[in-house]
Amino acid sequence: MQSINTAITAFRRSPLLSALSITTIAFSLFAFGLFGLVALNIRDALQRVSERVEIRAFVADGTAMEKIATVSDEISKFPEVSRVDVVTPEQALERARKEMGEFSDVFEAGFLPASIDVRLKDGFRDPATVKKVADRLREYEMVDDIRFGEEWIAQLYKLRNIAGVAGAALGLAFAAVAIIIIGATIRMAVLARAREISIMRLVGATDGFIRRPFLVEGAIKGVLGGVLALLLTFFAMKLLEQYLHLETAFFDRRLATLGILFGALMGLLGSLVSVGRHLRQI
Amino acid sequence: MIRFSAVTKIYPRAVAGSAALHDVSFHVNKGEFVFLTGPSGAGKSTILKLLYMDERPTSGEVRISGYTSKTLKRRDIPKLRRRLGIVFQDFRLLEDRTAEGNVAFALEVIGTPKQHIPNKVARALTQVGLASKATAYPKELSGGEQQRVAFARALVNDPFVLIADEPTGNLDDRATRGIFQLLREINASGTAVLMATHNLELVRSSDFRCIELNHGSIVFDSADVPTVDIEAD
Repeated sequence: MQSINTAITAFRRSPLLSALSITTIAFSLFAFGLFGLVALNIRDALQRVSERVEIRAFVADGTAMEKIATVSDEISKFPEVSRVDVVTPEQALERARKEMGEFSDVFEAGFLPASIDVRLKDGFRDPATVKKVADRLREYEMVDDIRFGEEWIAQLYKLRNIAGVAGAALGLAFAAVAIIIIGATIRMAVLARAREISIMRLVGATDGFIRRPFLVEGAIKGVLGGVLALLLTFFAMKLLEQYLHLETAFFDRRLATLGILFGALMGLLGSLVSVGRHLRQI
Repeated sequence: MIRFSAVTKIYPRAVAGSAALHDVSFHVNKGEFVFLTGPSGAGKSTILKLLYMDERPTSGEVRISGYTSKTLKRRDIPKLRRRLGIVFQDFRLLEDRTAEGNVAFALEVIGTPKQHIPNKVARALTQVGLASKATAYPKELSGGEQQRVAFARALVNDPFVLIADEPTGNLDDRATRGIFQLLREINASGTAVLMATHNLELVRSSDFRCIELNHGSIVFDSADVPTVDIEAD
């Protein structure tokens, strides 16, 4: 309790330095937050694209619709499958005309075969699983041909892996920069109170007693910096949406709370390192 | 109570072969008043730093009221310092606290119960003759008065020894006499005093024991028993 009072008193005694610390922490976390937002949106975009992974099994001409319906029922029970759609030749023609736009006239009725379109569950859209399911579909006698964009899926997964590794590396780098900046900021607060610390030492205060208010101060600064960074990130996103007409996702409540806790943790660690170093030096 | 046994102190960044203290031995009895004199760099402040364990001897041993430099752990140093009173030439007061705030600070940081603090602070300020200026900030006080606040802060925990490093170094003659009178009173109440000073007039004006240092060695001890152990407590 006394540590909290001391920390609050420290805020009151040097409001300018405290405001500067919080702003610095906020901006370093803001950079981290912007990066997080970009990573989140890339992940969402890749997720949306991967949802479009589809295996199309073309059915031989003349196959009865009842038989197609029975097989599609069977397929829908595969553990990897989330949805199965039967597309009649008429529907296929309509879809092709719609997709091709000005070239819609080149398709004639009866030209396209019926198909069974299979979508896979999340977690089963990697190239190997897609191929495995496609091979099973090929085993049906009525299936004439299978299309699932093998190369496209491989490229998509490669991109996803690169995005994952680059995201983790950049995230770590941003976090390291945030920790260094926060540590330096807290060090300023420690140095501003160096005289007080040396007197505390002389009159017999323990290192733990000296350290505690700084830890509380660091955590409070981290939380306030985190909240400010979250607001800055939110307004930055709104600006982007307004001027670039982009539809972006923002952190959900869980991620936002985690971000603020991350700020508090950084403040705490920064204080621990800075005060520890100072106490060892004097 | 305080014993230096063959203490040598060489600072890590010192010029090779130059010791801040060289084979220093002496003993201070309970309630004794001792002046440490000598030119700048003679080793006076080093002796005081060794006493409150801000430094450790390179060789030899410092014993102070049951604590020894050989075995005292870093985490136990605060326990020792709570039993010492320390004052410096530059007062070391917190500018944003009043006189009573500065004295109370010494109690707050060692976890003294809140309800006991006002009485102890008032008693210490009365002891140093500053009860009427309890609510004044350091910048509103003269140098002599600021040093008295520092003394009150040093005395508020009832130390068994007062360590004063050039306490009159920044004061005029009148304030110096006032502070010295205060030191006599503190000593008369049973607290031992170890005072480092350049002021030989002050030393000559009293019959207290004087240890003179030069180049890190004791060159004179008015008790004339620099290496004999007389354990009194």
